[in-house]
Amino acid sequence: MTIPTNIEVGTELPALRIAPISRTTLALFAGASGDHNPIHIDLDVAQSAGLDDVFVHGMLSMAYLGRLLTDWVPQERIRSYRVRFAAVTPVNASLTCTASVVSVEDGLATLALTVALDDGTLTLAGDALVALD
Amino acid sequence: MAIDAEAARNMALDPITVQVERGRLRFFAKATGQTDPICTDVDAAGRAGHRDLPVPPTFFFSLELEAPDPFAYLAALDVDLRRVLHGEQAFTYHRPAYAGDTLTLQPRIVDVYSKKGGALDFLVKQTDVHRGTELIAETRSVLVVRNPEVPQ
Repeated sequence: MTIPTNIEVGTELPALRIAPISRTTLALFAGASGDHNPIHIDLDVAQSAGLDDVFVHGMLSMAYLGRLLTDWVPQERIRSYRVRFAAVTPVNASLTCTASVVSVEDGLATLALTVALDDGTLTLAGDALVALD
Repeated sequence: MAIDAEAARNMALDPITVQVERGRLRFFAKATGQTDPICTDVDAAGRAGHRDLPVPPTFFFSLELEAPDPFAYLAALDVDLRRVLHGEQAFTYHRPAYAGDTLTLQPRIVDVYSKKGGALDFLVKQTDVHRGTELIAETRSVLVVRNPEVPQ
């Protein structure tokens, strides 16, 4: 990993593109994350709840967005990371994860974070506090 | 509000003690498309200054799900899991944690409230993650429970 330099307000991280999220990925994430809620992996359960289909775990999107951060800085520099889940992500959706520096103060950078669907729908918005050294 | 707020606020949630497993972290890396060898290869992690595979930023949420029945507190509040949405999630990090560490997670419900005339109930849960006496991380989850029978 190359540790970034010249971090300043307006710095944008390279966006992370996520290929369509398959049912297999949801099954693997259910097992790996320990979130066995069947609403994400069992079509019968999703339909019994009045949904058309299963949908993506919010924590999978948060993990992808976390990759964008840890691809950029060593993980131990991340002091906090929080998100609001704004919309459900349908199965087979593609995602784009973005991050940009919105403030630099006292050796800490605040990043604004988003995840969006291809049609522009914001699915996740958040922020992270990252130590600069 | 469909949830008994008083019962939720007074509910004592059991702590859980769990050992972080290398294999599980490798599985988590695979499931989240993480290809950085630091997350799967102990030698690569060592070269990056880590004493073992690091626990990734969102995995503390997963450790809490290692409880024998992690959604039991929702069932005790008569919440139908199919109606639960994850509203918000926050992590505050104090120290790195690694595969092999034994961590203790102590969850507690810190707030309960309603919106839209009771059509949506909100449960806020906070969890402290300790390794021995060291505070490693804090997590905060907001769960949203839909009550579709409540007219909006």
